[in-house]
Amino acid sequence: MIAPAIELVDVHKSFGAMKIIHGVSLAVPAGERHAIIGPNGAGKSTLFNLISGRFTPSLGTVRLNGENVTGLPPYQINRRGLSRSFQVTNIFPRLSVWENVRCAVLWSLGYKYSFWRGIDGLADVRKRTESILDEIKLLDRRRVQAGVLTYAEQRALEIGITIAGNAGIILLDEPSAGMSTAETEGAVALIRKVSQGRTLIMIEHDMGVVFDLADRISVLVYGQIIASDIPAKIKQDAAVQTAYLGTAA
Amino acid sequence: MSDIATDIVKVPAHADVRPPRTAALARLAAPWIALAVVFALLPLIFRSGSSLTMLSLMGIMIVFALSYNMLLGETGLLSFGHAVYYGLGGFLAVHFMNTVIYDRLPVPLFLIPIVGAFSGLVFGIIFGSVSTRRAGTAFAMISLGLGELVASSSLILRSFFGGEEGVSTNRTKLLHVFGLNFGPQIQVYYLIAAWCLVCMVAMYALRRTPFGRICNAVRENPERAQFVGYNPQAVRFIAFALAGLFAGIAGALAAINFELVNSSAVGAAQSGIVLLAAYIGGVGAFIGPVIGAIVVTWLEVMLSDITDVWQLYFGLLFIGVVMFAPNGIAGLLTMHVPLLQARTYRPLGRLALSYLIALMPALAMLAGVIAVIEMTYHRSVKASDGATISLFHLTLDTTSVTPWLAAIVLAAGGFLVFRRTWPIVGAAWHDAVLAAQAAEKRR
Repeated sequence: MIAPAIELVDVHKSFGAMKIIHGVSLAVPAGERHAIIGPNGAGKSTLFNLISGRFTPSLGTVRLNGENVTGLPPYQINRRGLSRSFQVTNIFPRLSVWENVRCAVLWSLGYKYSFWRGIDGLADVRKRTESILDEIKLLDRRRVQAGVLTYAEQRALEIGITIAGNAGIILLDEPSAGMSTAETEGAVALIRKVSQGRTLIMIEHDMGVVFDLADRISVLVYGQIIASDIPAKIKQDAAVQTAYLGTAA
Repeated sequence: MSDIATDIVKVPAHADVRPPRTAALARLAAPWIALAVVFALLPLIFRSGSSLTMLSLMGIMIVFALSYNMLLGETGLLSFGHAVYYGLGGFLAVHFMNTVIYDRLPVPLFLIPIVGAFSGLVFGIIFGSVSTRRAGTAFAMISLGLGELVASSSLILRSFFGGEEGVSTNRTKLLHVFGLNFGPQIQVYYLIAAWCLVCMVAMYALRRTPFGRICNAVRENPERAQFVGYNPQAVRFIAFALAGLFAGIAGALAAINFELVNSSAVGAAQSGIVLLAAYIGGVGAFIGPVIGAIVVTWLEVMLSDITDVWQLYFGLLFIGVVMFAPNGIAGLLTMHVPLLQARTYRPLGRLALSYLIALMPALAMLAGVIAVIEMTYHRSVKASDGATISLFHLTLDTTSVTPWLAAIVLAAGGFLVFRRTWPIVGAAWHDAVLAAQAAEKRR
């Protein structure tokens, strides 16, 4: 049996006396597009932080392609093929768009801390940076300082940085937050494209986006997963109805 | 602003259409060849012994300030103890020179900076492994502590640091090659210039490597760097060790130049001066610390000749730069590059005129402030030398009211008028930018 891309086993997280995550277990098989939904404060972003190494779980195990990565720092987890975006745009604001993506490309192409070769002569780096910028439609904005891009452009750059390292597992934290309808459509098309052949986990509030993209949906309420199923079943689930989608039904 | 400008320029316009290798190489090498020619010709223009000494000091300071900027400008690490690596590089170089002389080892003088480089690197690795675990304020505090630690041990470990008089050597007693004995200052100048050039090329090239770019990423957003595979601690550590290496070279060059190293080389004042040089020049651009090193060295030598309170003026200059030109002299210069490129001469001329208008009251204010400072200093410290001082070719009687009144009126009045010129400069700047943008669009 192939190990799931991401496997959480009874993961807990508390900050002091505050318990945010109470025993989450979740397995996301390779190649799945998985959405995590839930009300504000349910612990969705905390869950992402636990998977990506930003936080260490208080209890429980995180496995990446079968390997225990619990407690590893973010860069170690990233090198093992997991990349994430952030809910609040987290880019390199005073570097150009080009530099933002190029920095995210370097490690995966094996250049690491190399200080003995010029960066401008690296054809593979240049090509990959170009293709990513092309994909996120920022190629003609590449000389602009990232901090002065429009909000939607910064969100696209955020995704560009996330996919630049060619990670097999992508975590997107509210990729369409704060976008207009037209911008959201563009974001969905982009996410669909970049998640091809990859495992995708995303946190999303826009139900249109969720039901459009996700193969499976998990509902997180008060730090626990109350349901995890295909979209059609989630829509009908009574517990989800009461907890999240509205009690009317 | 300046680093943005440079970053933007670096992105190839047509990234996949590249000129042939030799042409690219020639274009890369051209500025450095030009610089080498300038370095070679400078002593022909500035012939006097004192200017040769000044040029030598500038060369040393350029290397030191650039090494400091690998930390501050490139990686975002504010160090208050960078002189440790400069000074230790100098001490080990001097001891090595004395060993070479004593044992008659076949080592020529021009290789001694390698000893400094090695020492700086080793101590950078040792102290960096402690201090670079943290960034920000914690790093700054640790660097200050390490600086104090080394400075105080320099007065205790007399056998190595030579106590108060330091350790001296004789640079002419090493192996002579090509008939060079390095007795005359001109030979030392060329030695320093050659090493300065090598270090400049190396540090410039370092910025344009994967590591150099990641230093910037860590400066901008260390957390995000972790999520693209980089350990910010490791990046800071490597940057710190390499900065130590180049600081060590500068220290060894200073040891060769003075034939003496004492505890002040590792001290807080030396750490302070390199911070000043980098910051006044501008930490955002490669050329910044170079400009800063030249300006600061020149001021240090010139001001200390004409006034005892030169450090006060230094402090005022630093405060002025921090408040009004946070990107330093280089930042002020690069601000104007897009305007010059647009070639809109009429608004540019008006801008230059507005600068002139603002300069007049600024100079009056400066003269007033200088007069107050000098007269105060004279009254409080040197009153026994007599009542008068000589300033700006004038003889001022510090016991009478008139010069004080004149100085205060000049300073206060100059400031008030200067304030009123700011809107003029602002408007001229605004017009020049608009004109440049319009010209850009027409193209």
